[in-house]
Amino acid sequence: MYIFSRPTLRRRLESTRGVVGSTLVEKIIARASGRARVSPGEIVTCKVDLAMVHDSSGPRRLGPRLRELGAGVWDPSKVVVVTDHYAPAVDVESASIQKLTREWVAENRPGAFYDQQGICHIVLAEGGHLKPGMFCVGGDSHSPTGGAFGCYMAGFGATEMAGVMVTGEIWTRVPETIRVEWTGKLPDGVVAKDMMLFLCRTLGMQNAFRAVEYGGDAVAALPMQERLVLTNMAAELGAETGMIEPDAVTLAAIRDGGGVVEDEAVRKWRSDPDASYEARHLFDAARLTPQVALPNTPANAGPVEAVEGRPIDQAYIGACVGAKLEDLHMAARLLRGRRVASGVRLMVAPASAAATRMAASDGTLATLTEAGAILLPTGCGACAGYGAGVLAEGEVCISSTNRNFRGRMGHMNSQVYLGSPYTVAASAVAGCIADPRPFLAEAA
Amino acid sequence: MTGGIGGRAWKFGDNVDTDVLSPGIYMKLPPEELAKHCLEAVDPAFAASVRLGDVVVGGENFGMGSSREQAPQALKILGVGAVLAKSFARIFYRNAFNLGLPALFFPQADEISAGDRIEVDLAAGQVRNLTTRKAYAVEPIPQHLLDMILAGGLMPHLKSILARERGA
Repeated sequence: MYIFSRPTLRRRLESTRGVVGSTLVEKIIARASGRARVSPGEIVTCKVDLAMVHDSSGPRRLGPRLRELGAGVWDPSKVVVVTDHYAPAVDVESASIQKLTREWVAENRPGAFYDQQGICHIVLAEGGHLKPGMFCVGGDSHSPTGGAFGCYMAGFGATEMAGVMVTGEIWTRVPETIRVEWTGKLPDGVVAKDMMLFLCRTLGMQNAFRAVEYGGDAVAALPMQERLVLTNMAAELGAETGMIEPDAVTLAAIRDGGGVVEDEAVRKWRSDPDASYEARHLFDAARLTPQVALPNTPANAGPVEAVEGRPIDQAYIGACVGAKLEDLHMAARLLRGRRVASGVRLMVAPASAAATRMAASDGTLATLTEAGAILLPTGCGACAGYGAGVLAEGEVCISSTNRNFRGRMGHMNSQVYLGSPYTVAASAVAGCIADPRPFLAEAA
Repeated sequence: MTGGIGGRAWKFGDNVDTDVLSPGIYMKLPPEELAKHCLEAVDPAFAASVRLGDVVVGGENFGMGSSREQAPQALKILGVGAVLAKSFARIFYRNAFNLGLPALFFPQADEISAGDRIEVDLAAGQVRNLTTRKAYAVEPIPQHLLDMILAGGLMPHLKSILARERGA
């Protein structure tokens, strides 16, 4: 049924087995573990440069563990706390979780606290916290997002994050690196989200103990916010982390966020030309088309044509992966001068307060709301079923989020399709799953 | 925990995800309440019927998805003694050991049927199916994880580290 077997995409798989060079992730793990070099499969202990936790997996769960251990935070300056999963509070339980988080922050004084300022992965990226070569951990599975800055960042559970808070260290098995290159120019209406849905199907979601390194001229051409999509959804590939070697775009993004970084980081923190990869994959971006993942897994992705016309109840633009300023711009470009179909609701939950602010000042929010979109607060929202916009039994949603596991966005018998912000916006206008390209061509 | 685990097998397929193990809509609840909904989307009888020492048997990529450790925690609260699967998602794998729930790579998962009587001997690295009278050697658990699981998980391990530092 899916159409990847037709000769539209070029895939080259080659195995190299040199022993001289190191990949970027190996260089970072070597530095963090105090070794000259490391090899895949070695189990090492690394010193953590930055630890991020949020309201769901953070103080609420690690606070009691620190109390039980009678221990404090090893280095509060290296800790970032974010409220996003239960922000804003919608009932007494979520309000209590928020309150507990604020009290923990007041007591432990982490280096940064973002209270309802956006989704953790995006506020970290916006705040200049992440720099090439750093070894970072996060109490959330989408922590690989940070790898777009040329650092190591991976996700861990709450007890393990408690361990980091106490010791400042964590064990890792040095992952194999897979190199994923995209060459050529993405067609209009085809974006990083389509690349990742395609990869979920092509590479599968079972890449534990591997790091994915993205490269190629199509990746180099992506703005920072689109690069975050590639590394964010390394989580869906099941990988330890996703990474992109730093360049001028990376340095500009760090400096825009108030971070300090040397130009030299670009030369220092990249894979050696003779580095050893477990596999290399090469894809032609020019031949990629809009992708949609069917329920109940991102690996059920295929070209939008396969599901065009399927009726929807809701279109959702939200989450770290799918409601950044860049994503809101995509939705607005498609929705300008159009209306959401009757009987369909389009919800937009911007990924950060900064994105909301900028979208308000540049007219994006006006375009969205004039088209009939309902604006929701910034935060994780309905993506994980925690916030506003969840689904009833039997309802169908197309969403710009990153996961569509059964019951994730509400009732266990609701259905979630995943697509790019363009595809979600086009579907909202059509009232059914739709290819965004004709809409964009018509508008142009 | 001395390594002796035994009970009935509960069979699941590939890609059992963290949303079916610990559904998001119940994540605000205390773990004991959340656990009542563990796996209900794929087996509504599981949470009410599973007994102490029972073994969950999965296919590939068991525990894919979120970092929420309520996923292995729910299994542990319900009394599950071990998870055997062809492969695991990395965060679930780590979380399981951190909470003292053994997770064993078990490529022969298809040879176990629902309801089979299973024994797991961690120290000997052996799984026995008493129903089919087959014994399997399992891939050894890395030493640092075996130490942790025998200690009861990461918290007891951290306590011993801190006790050493404070004693020094």
